[in-house]
Amino acid sequence: MYPPNFEYYAPTTLQEAIGLLDQHQGEAKVLAGGQSLLGMMKLRLAQPAALIDINRIPDLAYIREDSSTLAIGALTRTAELGRSDVIRSRYPILSDAGAEIADPTVRNWGTVGGNVSHGDPGNDLPACMMALGAEYRAEGPKGPRSIPARQFYQDSFVTALQPNEVLTEVRIPRASPGTGSAYSKMERKVGDFATAAVAVRLVVGAGGVVERAGIGLTNVGPTAIYASAASEFLAGKTGTDADLKRVGELAAEASRPFPDNRGPVEFKREMVRVWTRRTVARAIARAKGGR
Amino acid sequence: MAIDAEDVVSPPGPVLTRTIHVTVNGVLHKSTVQNRMLLVHYLRERLRLTGTHVGCDTAHCGACTVLVDGVPVKSCNLLAVQVHGRSVQTVEGLESGGKLHPVQEGFTNEHGLQCGYCTPGMMMASVALLASNPNPTEDEIRRGISGNLCRCTGYVNIVKAIQYASTKMRDAPKGGP
Repeated sequence: MYPPNFEYYAPTTLQEAIGLLDQHQGEAKVLAGGQSLLGMMKLRLAQPAALIDINRIPDLAYIREDSSTLAIGALTRTAELGRSDVIRSRYPILSDAGAEIADPTVRNWGTVGGNVSHGDPGNDLPACMMALGAEYRAEGPKGPRSIPARQFYQDSFVTALQPNEVLTEVRIPRASPGTGSAYSKMERKVGDFATAAVAVRLVVGAGGVVERAGIGLTNVGPTAIYASAASEFLAGKTGTDADLKRVGELAAEASRPFPDNRGPVEFKREMVRVWTRRTVARAIARAKGGR
Repeated sequence: MAIDAEDVVSPPGPVLTRTIHVTVNGVLHKSTVQNRMLLVHYLRERLRLTGTHVGCDTAHCGACTVLVDGVPVKSCNLLAVQVHGRSVQTVEGLESGGKLHPVQEGFTNEHGLQCGYCTPGMMMASVALLASNPNPTEDEIRRGISGNLCRCTGYVNIVKAIQYASTKMRDAPKGGP
C-alpha cells in the first residue's frame, strides 16, 4: 500500500527544516519516526504535499539531566526510555510508558517528539508529560518558545504547535526527593491503544503526606486529559483507602470517553476509576522507596 | 511477475523520485526510487529479495521486520528514502557460506513454524533480541518478539527455536557460530 505522492526533504540543520516548513505554509509535515504518520498517509487520512525528514539533523536525540531539568531530545527513540538508567531510577513513569507504547519493534523507530506532538488521544506520552508538568520547546521562524504540556492539546490531532514549528525538546522539572511516579495502561493486546491509561507523578513529604500531585489520562477523551481536581485533591493526603477511592472518582469524572470496540463509556469511566486508584498507590509506594 | 515501482500508476503531477545509496546484506545498491516507495517494496520488487513478507501492511504483524543498522524495524512503515546511507539486513543475509545462522537452524530443528509466513520477520526480531540479550529468559523472549504475530503455532516452538539459537551461539567457539 503506497502513500500518496509527496516531495521529500532531508535537511541537515534545524534552520533549514524550519525554512522548508514555513515555505510550504501548512502543507508539509515533519517526518521523525513516522510510525503514526506513514500509516495515516497509507490510509489517506493524511496527504501532506511534502515531508521534512529531520533524522539527518544532528544532536536531536539525547536524554540529559541537570540540576533543574530532565531534557529529552525530540528524536530520542521511545525504546530509549526503557534503557536509560536516569529514567528508570528517577522517572519510572516514563520507563513504564516506554514499555507499553506500541510494540518493541515500533519503539525502535518511533520518537518521543513524535509521540508527544502527533496529537492522537491514544498516544501514551502526552498524559505522562501532563502529570510531570513538562514543557515542550518549539522552534519556528520567530525563534524558540516553550509550551506547557497541559496547554498543548486542543482537540484530536490539533495542538498548539504551529505548522512552521518543530518540536525539538521535552523539558521535565527535575525529580525532587520524595518523588514517585507510575504509568499504568489497560490494553487488549500488545500494540493496541489504551482502553484507559493513567499517569501519576507525586511528591511525598514528611509524615508520608503528599505535597503535590499530577494525574494525566490517556485515550478517554478527544485529547490526553489533565485531571486537575483529582491532582489537587491529593495534596495533603496520605493515600488512605478513602483517599484512593476519592481520587479515582475524581479522575473518572474528568474523563470524557467515547464508545468503541474497546468498550462503552460506562466501562471506560470505571476503568479510569480503578486504574487511577492503583496507579496512585503505586506512585506513593515508589516515593517511599518501593518498586 | 512482481511490479516494479516505476510501473505503478502515479497520481497526476510530477513523479517525485530520489536516488539512494543503501547497503543491503553487505552489497551497496544505488537506486532511484519514488519518494513514496516503502522499504519493503524496495526490497521485494526492486532488489527481488522476496524473503521479507508483507503481512498486515499496518505495522502490527511484524512479517516485514528487517534490521536497519542492526536495529529491527517494520519495513512496511519506513520509506526507502529514509535508509539512504544506512545498512539493511534481510533474512537472505542471515546465512553465510552456505551455512545457516543459529536462529535459522533453531527454527528448523525445533519446528518453529507452520505456514512460514511470519518466519522471516520472526527470525530477524530473534537475531536482534539475541544480539542485545544473549541469554534471554522465556519471558524476555516472549516480550522481545511481541511485535511479531504468528497465527499458527501458539509461539511454543518459536520460543524453543530462540532458546536453541541462544544455547548454540553461547556454546560456539570464539570466532563464529
